[in-house]
Amino acid sequence: MPVIETRGLTKRFPGSARPAVDGVDIQSRDGEFLVLLGPSGSGKTTVLRMIAGLEEPTSGEIRIGGVLVNGLTPRERRIAMVFQSYALYPHLTVYKNIAFPLKAQGVPRSEHAAKVAWAASIFGIEGLLDRRPRELSGGERQRVALARALVREPKLFLLDEPLSNLDAKLRATAREELKKFQRRIGTTTVYVTHDQVEAMALGNRVVVMDQGRVRQTGTPTEVYDDPADTFVATFLGSPPMNLIDDGRVTIGFRPEHFRPADAAAPGALRTPFRVDNVEYLGADRLLHGELGGRFAGRTAFSRLASHVAAPRVGDTLDFVVEEGRVRFFDAASGERRESGAGATG
Amino acid sequence: MRSPFRTGWLGAAMLFPAVLFIAALVGVPFLLAILYSVSDVKVASDEMRFVGLRNFADVLATPAFRTALRNSFLFTVLSQLLVLAGATTLALALREAFRTRGLLRFLILLPWIAPISLGSIGWKWLLDSIYSVFNWFLMRLHLVESPPMWLGEPALAIASVVLVHAWRMLPFATVVLLAGLTSIPRDIPEAAAVDGAGFWRTHFQITLPMIRPIVTVAVLFGVIFTFTDMTVVYILTRGGPYDTTQVLPSLAFLTGILGGDLGAGAAISLFLFPVLLVVAYAMLRVARRSIVT
Repeated sequence: MPVIETRGLTKRFPGSARPAVDGVDIQSRDGEFLVLLGPSGSGKTTVLRMIAGLEEPTSGEIRIGGVLVNGLTPRERRIAMVFQSYALYPHLTVYKNIAFPLKAQGVPRSEHAAKVAWAASIFGIEGLLDRRPRELSGGERQRVALARALVREPKLFLLDEPLSNLDAKLRATAREELKKFQRRIGTTTVYVTHDQVEAMALGNRVVVMDQGRVRQTGTPTEVYDDPADTFVATFLGSPPMNLIDDGRVTIGFRPEHFRPADAAAPGALRTPFRVDNVEYLGADRLLHGELGGRFAGRTAFSRLASHVAAPRVGDTLDFVVEEGRVRFFDAASGERRESGAGATG
Repeated sequence: MRSPFRTGWLGAAMLFPAVLFIAALVGVPFLLAILYSVSDVKVASDEMRFVGLRNFADVLATPAFRTALRNSFLFTVLSQLLVLAGATTLALALREAFRTRGLLRFLILLPWIAPISLGSIGWKWLLDSIYSVFNWFLMRLHLVESPPMWLGEPALAIASVVLVHAWRMLPFATVVLLAGLTSIPRDIPEAAAVDGAGFWRTHFQITLPMIRPIVTVAVLFGVIFTFTDMTVVYILTRGGPYDTTQVLPSLAFLTGILGGDLGAGAAISLFLFPVLLVVAYAMLRVARRSIVT
């Protein structure tokens, strides 16, 4: 049974032209780390808030553990949520912050100390229990927020961009810790982010959203390698998938699969490539240039490992896309199609 | 050539008007009150003798003074409790967005803008023994046998005075609390809701503690305004019936100015001083603490 399931979930805010969330179907599996990924305004946070009960859906169903929860208060849904701002109670010590859900849900007072100690130990914040939130660093606040969510052992975790307020260095370690922690606890988690790196690194599956709709749901590999449409293709990857207009079909391929022709590997698609710019990124080199032949005028990126001898700016040479790496999209709808049949030229 | 306006002089020069103002309107009357309180000065007398603490001993011995002392505290505490409950309720309601919110906020603020004497006169008519609107309704609805004498029976008169004081401080407290509530990020009560807290728990354990500094300011203001006010009592009851609604400021006025015994009046008014000192100290503490955090 899915821990969380939404059917046709729709939210229309008064006074706005299009729905913020438009017929979203999501199913999580037990113990899964599910990531809602999308640009700002894609409706991902609204979906999370409707699951939490902080926002009333305009239509559609939400089930938690198979039970319809539409109309139930957040309290009755017995879920835990970590807010982007962490929303710690500023006047309470860390201990009282973590103990608050226990008090609110009527857990006997005698059990509080042990439970708080357990949650604090998981995030290594035992030494901070007497402090107040304003005396903590960003990373420490985040741990307190996670501990407060964990302490009541909920069946579902909702996390709203919990890493976005941390600096870049801290974010990488926090991400790793979060993943380890979720694996250890095994609680089903719905995680909202606009950061594709977080989504790929954390998610068992990723739900890519745009303009209130789900564009694709799949494992990180699926959404990256087999994007369902041109939005997903370009939202994931940096630089994004190259999309080459070819009549009624759009041809897509990832920069890292676009490399100088090699006699040994014939490749699926061969084209002349004039290098206009080379960026050295350490491990890789990023080449930007113009295609020739039947794709004359279209531009593309190529990502080559630094240890491979790279063409120089101004060089024109034959590039190929590796076998099995070309994707086709309908030029009109942007949706994925199986072959390039019907393309002109 | 050096400018005569060096920083120190300029500062002193600019502070001077304010210092003069406070000295003339607060300092001199205060010192006069102390001087009068230990003398036998009367209105229109041209000499005065030092009498020590005799005035204090005399006023302490009168029942009217003891009632006034009790009333001053009673009225202040009761009205501030009413204000706290009312202002919290109103602020919570006015925080929600609805169509006529702006108009309602304006209407609720009105009593604060109106002069207290005018408001009290309005209330005097509303509570009048013959023309009271309340009585008219109570009689028409057959809720009472005979019209209550709002300002004529001791218990009712006390309740009336407390009510008018509360009515007067309510707008200010509401606006202050509303400002405090608005400053709480939306995430915090939402987090409390997800954590399983209901309305009361969120209110008493999260919202109120978070706005406590600003509530304290509102209460301290209310205490000063109510404790030192004589207008409401003077207009509504003149301290009556039989001095049962007398408060320190009104008794001081009646004894010292209308009764002519300036020494006794000054002694009565000096009993306000310790309370105001405590409130002033508390205010400074709150101000300092809110700067630190």
